[in-house]
Amino acid sequence: MVLTTTDTTARPPRKSLLRENPSVLWFMGLLGLFTLIVSLLSEATGIGVISTSLVKILGMTLCLCLVALAMDVVWGYCGILSLGHFAFFGLGGYAIGMSLMYARTEIVVRDNLARGTIPPTETEVLDAVAAQIFGVVGSSELPLIWSFANSLPLQLAMVVLVPGLLALVFGWLAFRSRVTGVYLSILTQAMTLALSLYLFQNDTGLRGNNGLSGLQNIPGFLDVPQSVISMWFFWASALALGLGYLACAWVVSGKFGAVIQAIRDNEARVRFLGYNVEGYKLFVFTLTAVISGIAGALYYPQAGIINPAEVAPIASIYLAVWVAIGGRGRLYGAVIGAAAVSLLSSWLTGGGAPNIDLGFYRIVWTDWWLVLLGLGFVAVTLFFPKGIGGLFDYLVRKQS
Amino acid sequence: MTHKPLLATITATALIGAGPAMAADCPIQVGVLHSLSGSMAISETTLRDVVLMLVEQQNEKGGLLGCELEAVVVDPASDWPLFAELTRQLLTVNEVDVIFGAWTSVSRKALLPVLEELNGLMFYPVQYEGQESSRNVFYTGAAPNQQAIPALDYFLEELGVESFALLGTDYVYPRTTNAILEAYLLEQGIAPEDIFVNYTPFGHSDWSTIVSDVVALGAGGKQVGVISTINGDANIGFYTELAAQGVSADDIPVVAFSVGEEELSGLDTSRLVGHLAAWNYFMSADTPGNEEFIAAWHEFIGETNRVTNDPMEAHYIGFNMWVNAVEQAGTTDVDAVREAMWGQEFPNLTGGMAVMNANHHLSKPVLIGEIRADGQFDIISQTEEVPGEAWSPFLSDSATLTSDWQQLECGMFDTATETCVQLTSNY
Amino acid sequence: MAPVADAQTEAATLQDVLQEVSEIVANPSRAQVPRLLERLSAAELPGTAEFLRAFSEREVVQAADGRFFLSRENADQTLTLIDPDSGEEHGTVGTREVSQIRPNAGVRREINASLVQFELMDPDPARRRAALASAARSPDADQIPAIAAALKAEDNADIRARMERLLDLLNARFATDTAIRVDAIEGLRGDISTEARRVLNQLLQTRADFAQTLPEDANIALIRQPGEDISLIAAYAVLADADLVPPRPGRNAIRDALRANVVDGMVGGIPVHQLDTDERRLAAYRALEDNGTLAPLVTEADMQAAVDQYVFFDAYLEPDQGVTDAAREALDSTRTLIGLFQFASLTLDALSLASIFFLAAIGLAITFGVMRVINMAHGEFIMMGAYTGYVIQTLIPDYTLSLVVALPTAFVVTFAAGVMMERLVIRHLYTRPLETLLATFGISIALQQLAKNIFGTQARPLTAPDWLAGSVAFNDLVSISTLRVGIFFMALAFLLMLLFILNRTRLGLEVRAVTQNPGMAASMGINPGRINMLTFGLGSGIAGVAGVAIGMYAQVTSEMGANYIVQSFMTVVVGGVGSVFGTLAGAGLIGSLQKGIEWFNPTNTLAAQTYMVLFIILFIQFRPKGIIALKGRAAGD
Repeated sequence: MVLTTTDTTARPPRKSLLRENPSVLWFMGLLGLFTLIVSLLSEATGIGVISTSLVKILGMTLCLCLVALAMDVVWGYCGILSLGHFAFFGLGGYAIGMSLMYARTEIVVRDNLARGTIPPTETEVLDAVAAQIFGVVGSSELPLIWSFANSLPLQLAMVVLVPGLLALVFGWLAFRSRVTGVYLSILTQAMTLALSLYLFQNDTGLRGNNGLSGLQNIPGFLDVPQSVISMWFFWASALALGLGYLACAWVVSGKFGAVIQAIRDNEARVRFLGYNVEGYKLFVFTLTAVISGIAGALYYPQAGIINPAEVAPIASIYLAVWVAIGGRGRLYGAVIGAAAVSLLSSWLTGGGAPNIDLGFYRIVWTDWWLVLLGLGFVAVTLFFPKGIGGLFDYLVRKQS
Repeated sequence: MTHKPLLATITATALIGAGPAMAADCPIQVGVLHSLSGSMAISETTLRDVVLMLVEQQNEKGGLLGCELEAVVVDPASDWPLFAELTRQLLTVNEVDVIFGAWTSVSRKALLPVLEELNGLMFYPVQYEGQESSRNVFYTGAAPNQQAIPALDYFLEELGVESFALLGTDYVYPRTTNAILEAYLLEQGIAPEDIFVNYTPFGHSDWSTIVSDVVALGAGGKQVGVISTINGDANIGFYTELAAQGVSADDIPVVAFSVGEEELSGLDTSRLVGHLAAWNYFMSADTPGNEEFIAAWHEFIGETNRVTNDPMEAHYIGFNMWVNAVEQAGTTDVDAVREAMWGQEFPNLTGGMAVMNANHHLSKPVLIGEIRADGQFDIISQTEEVPGEAWSPFLSDSATLTSDWQQLECGMFDTATETCVQLTSNY
Repeated sequence: MAPVADAQTEAATLQDVLQEVSEIVANPSRAQVPRLLERLSAAELPGTAEFLRAFSEREVVQAADGRFFLSRENADQTLTLIDPDSGEEHGTVGTREVSQIRPNAGVRREINASLVQFELMDPDPARRRAALASAARSPDADQIPAIAAALKAEDNADIRARMERLLDLLNARFATDTAIRVDAIEGLRGDISTEARRVLNQLLQTRADFAQTLPEDANIALIRQPGEDISLIAAYAVLADADLVPPRPGRNAIRDALRANVVDGMVGGIPVHQLDTDERRLAAYRALEDNGTLAPLVTEADMQAAVDQYVFFDAYLEPDQGVTDAAREALDSTRTLIGLFQFASLTLDALSLASIFFLAAIGLAITFGVMRVINMAHGEFIMMGAYTGYVIQTLIPDYTLSLVVALPTAFVVTFAAGVMMERLVIRHLYTRPLETLLATFGISIALQQLAKNIFGTQARPLTAPDWLAGSVAFNDLVSISTLRVGIFFMALAFLLMLLFILNRTRLGLEVRAVTQNPGMAASMGINPGRINMLTFGLGSGIAGVAGVAIGMYAQVTSEMGANYIVQSFMTVVVGGVGSVFGTLAGAGLIGSLQKGIEWFNPTNTLAAQTYMVLFIILFIQFRPKGIIALKGRAAGD
């Protein structure tokens, strides 16, 4: 990318947004079409060709696309190869999970206590909820971090605040001391490792390895069938992805976008030009963390369970790989990469693909998929550094 | 419609191509939900093979209700959300009649909501921490009172242990089991300062300090014993360190709840002779039934050095009970089969009868074995059949809880207030 | 003792004695077996010792007719029965025709203790040693004369010393004369061995008790002041347990009491539906208290008053104060020394952990540290080395020989793999370091899955030879397994070798030249491609050799490499990229830090790891270039 000097603030940002990102309209159109088709084919709102479990998979895939978008902005545009963005994704999931779990348990507990001769005190309800939630891990105290769990608005704020604050503090420390490149990648990886180790402990009050489960049962809507709830979340995920795409497109275009891309290409030069490089990086890092958190908060109620394995370092590396395969530095590339790889992966490991009998050896996809995927990364990085998105460039060039 | 193949599943190819379907529901689908990749594949792959073997055997006997059985195998890849996802797929897309699956507690907790929502039927074959009794799950592995408590009694009575080190991997099974054991020990008059607890991460390998700490407990003047709920690979490092520091079973006996024949097959056990394990089954049980089972297993898997272990027996009992219950009910309908399951009896491989109780847990004998140099166990104690307890009486939160799906129609019934706390499970 | 006398007159053979207590023999338990032993020793029949030995070795069986035989296992899974009295063979049977008796470890301990008297005089020194070991495990006053007698006849100096020591320990506990005991205890002063401290601690065992006045005859260890040494609530609970005072109401006591006294939807004049706060419940309770329905609540003042009437104390189980004083003094004398040795032990553990981290990271110190190539597949090279070791061990059954073969083979295999990877992939990516990360990650997951496909998911055994399987013990407190010592020296050897290669050889010079300025190096006649290839191969090869060591110490699985990769990168970064000494410092810091945190919180190893990673994150923030930061041109960027 080149610093465009013609860009001035006088230009209305919206026009510039669409001009710089012609893909936005395309993307919105396709996303809308996709949502419509799925809605018409689903069990709850359509003819029932698409099963509820597939709706959930598609909804979760949309969330993964959203976090991939965030990853693309921070890496593809700003040049920070963060190997920790899945940590923010997980934190968003934990934040929403606490609220869902608390509310669901509270309903059960209040129902049960109401059957006693004497109405329960608030302390009794709280104790019983704690015993229900933490009985599984051999404890019965509600830890301090659950203080907001009884209020949905506060906990929803946590979805944004916790990942945002962590990114802000971490980013401030890291960028301030000029940790860059590979070192920053390793540092972010250490961050997600620390977080997953922290969550793995039973003492830390998030149920350790068990994590938070039963999240697909939405309190207040326990009688609504999952086929309907899965559609709600599907629509919400599609909406979030659409808004996220707009937000990301806005961030990477205009003067701001030019500056962060310049930082990616030559940080020192941008600094000499008088820009506050750290400020720009911190903003992008925090914003993408928040987007990741929102994606996670939509993803885990569809998955049904969140646990520390979700934020293990490898998850974040996969995220980077999706973006790389899709083609970084272009927003639709991230979406394509995340959708293609995660859907292909769940198709092949879910036992959907037919095994191939070579006569002397039977290729079982569950055994060979990862080998193929691994070698695929190598091939993409070596031969198609622009990823799948590069194909579009090729097509566009051919047409013109 | 283009998505349909996405959800088609592999079937055990050996089983396809059977004769024409005989009844409307034929073939009867048996879901197998065990991880074939990821960290739990080490334990769960074997269970997949056992179910495939049992299905094959049943088909040789003429199937069930005039139908062939067909195994639907999926791979949840040790990824817990995937367990929930694939359970939904098995029940709604493949429409299986029963699922045999899961190993870790977290995977079970992940799929429980789906199973209860869709009214599926699952057999869970692994020893676990209890504190659960789902309407839709039959627990064929041991509850704590069928494994941990008898082992502790053995330590207290037979070995005279007065000072306990509870070592475990940091996850729910060791946490809950240790909570129950601590409460039990305090009740038995063991002082709190004589109970040392330590939790380590999965796959922990640096055991030197912890083993030294345990050895140092010996200076306190009391007989020391170790209760190990260490899981999986970490055991290899743990036992290697025990052997290296020369901790003999005569001085500090170690009883493990997660170490069986399979885990020991990766170890040189000559230095571990005499350490203990508590299970409901050991491969060394000298009975005709067991001999037959081992022979069939070796034939099926095509290797004569493969071992058998406790969860395999659990699947063996569970599968046969399910077959009998289906025959008795005349249908594979979940509610009818559930009712037929209560009181179902089937002979254990170690002798005696296993009985399925109304709380969905089995009555099974508890065996304690000492490790031999060949990686097998010497069975030194075998109790009568012990009925599994869904709720531990030793924890204050569950002391008044009971489960009875037959009479009370509730898996979490509070006997103090005479009310059903909840019909769905805690997850 | 009457039945024993009967037995003596009636029982002519061992079989008769056994039949009398056949229930105990057939199902031996620790509580019951002393009766059997008593009978046998009273009967004084020949063959008793042989029978007990066989019993303890689990070679006794019960035939279908109820008679007991010794047995010998034959190759064809049958048993040859041997008559316990005559020692003659009594036919051969299948294993299922008789019931094999398997006394448990507790029973065997009892049997072995009773065998001590027979074995102490045995001509075989190994048996005498074993007898002393069992005596030490189940100490008993009766052993004093037996050992004292054996000591007179003993001519082996080692065993003599052991006997004397055992006598001391036994005397301290069981001698009848206070002077002898105190004397024996004095002998244990400053002794830090576990068995000595065990005896002293046994003498100092206490029990908590209370009384209205301090009993005169009790040997008091400690008087507990309520509110200071024992909480008021605990003290009151003790009294309540003894039924001396009404129990303190628990958390639910008020609720339960109110629940039992609901009259027409009202409790004490308050409608039931309003009882959802503690204040109103208390008010209702007070109302019921006033009209006499309920007993008054126990207040803190009540509790204080009740507790004040008693004195709470810990008393020694040992009544003799002279003995306990001596024991306390002897134990106190070792305290400082023990602390010192514990610290030494911790240091040793930290050193060992550091050497393992170093070993895992040292290959990376070259590929990442010197060449700046992020190789995510580094862990898989470790795994590859370990599997190589495993394969060689299946081919060569001798553990020592297979280890000797495995180390160089692992180097060759992973060197080749490294060179191949460098040529095929990495060399195209030198200008794009972050993409190397992705490509090598791809290789990493492919290799992991390949290993699973080839070797299965089971952990594979990689057994250390016997000479590496034991431990080096300085005393009972400070010891370390030989394998860890081996790993330490291996790490040291690698360090020296690497330093030598990098600083003293032509290759090292060229490596440094190429990493600092490839273009300039090339113009000086160095072939950068060749150097990069060799360097990468060297780093990979070292990882492979480390894999053999790590496989022996932990486990060989397809995921073992993944467990070390993040840690290894952190080791290199913390230490300072580009310097082998940096990696050493990093490993040292991380190892000792982890052990240090573990020491503060010994019950939770996971927490220690978490805090360690957090520390590393903070450390890098404040010292981004690591402990040993390169300066000048070598620092590259």
